[in-house]
Amino acid sequence: MNTRSQVLLWAAQRASAAVLAVCVVVHLVTIIYAVRNGLSAAEVLGRTQGSVAWAAFYALFVAAVSVHAPIGLRSVLAETFNWRGASLEVTVAATGLALALWGFRAVYAVFA
Amino acid sequence: MSALRVSVWRGTESGRFQSFEVPRLASQTVLDVVTFIQRELDPTLAYRYACRVGMCGSCAMTVNGRARWTCRTHVDSVAQGGRLEIAPLRNLPVVRDLVTDMTPFFDKWASARGRFQGGATRKDDFARVAPGSPARQLADAGIECIGCGVCYSSCDVVAWTPAYLGPAALNRAWTLVNDVRDTGNRARLAAVAGDAGCHACHTHMSCSERCPKQISPTAAIAGLKRATALAALRGELEG
Repeated sequence: MNTRSQVLLWAAQRASAAVLAVCVVVHLVTIIYAVRNGLSAAEVLGRTQGSVAWAAFYALFVAAVSVHAPIGLRSVLAETFNWRGASLEVTVAATGLALALWGFRAVYAVFA
Repeated sequence: MSALRVSVWRGTESGRFQSFEVPRLASQTVLDVVTFIQRELDPTLAYRYACRVGMCGSCAMTVNGRARWTCRTHVDSVAQGGRLEIAPLRNLPVVRDLVTDMTPFFDKWASARGRFQGGATRKDDFARVAPGSPARQLADAGIECIGCGVCYSSCDVVAWTPAYLGPAALNRAWTLVNDVRDTGNRARLAAVAGDAGCHACHTHMSCSERCPKQISPTAAIAGLKRATALAALRGELEG
């Protein structure tokens, strides 16, 4: 991977961290609200199904996670196991893809 | 007169600590202790120093687990329970005993393009740089580095990523990025960016905490991250 790509990965991780900072707070407040008000699964689904706003919010959340986590994992694996090169890039790209697939599947499941 | 119990690293990469008893004196520095051992107890002990007054940066060692200038470290400030453990700097090859090979450290200064590259000739007038200008202030904040290697030895990222340029080389590069007379910044920014450059830094700040000159390489590295990211987004980063 060339230097410019490495720097753009860093910038992408910074940008996705800024998005996550907001998304995590909204998500936690949502969870606490749902639990403290004793919402059932059916009541939660009643609010999310067909809601473009909730679907858009969680789609953004999933996208940010799918960008942020693999880039961080790339550094952790490189520094911990001295694992560098093409095999590492493929592994973390696959991790990001898997996170995105599972995440968007979950968003679709509570929206549709 | 009380005595200090001093453990000193003997050997190269492999070796062991050897114990010595050294008389404790008023205003004694760790360098005084090492010198006493070599002159009075074991003349085969290898160590390095020159100025003894914190100007040359050659006497840095690991004292009780922390990289320090031994010449400016009083025994009173570090000897817990009358004990000292003195080892060579971390993250550098050990030549023998307390002497490290600084070659990788200075090679990385060269890799970070830490050499001033001017564009003026002898026919040009002197450059006039306002001391209070923001760029000169940023350069001045890091310019007093004497290359002792304390920051490099204290950096965990250097240990984890051997190709990482390290705090001192990046600090040097940042002073040149902010030197309005320098003409080599396009290539310099490319040299200090990426996985082995400033973007590897995790902002642990050990370098800033332990720098004997109170320089903050962390701040310099943060500046380089911003400058290189902007260059990358503009497509100006070579390599």
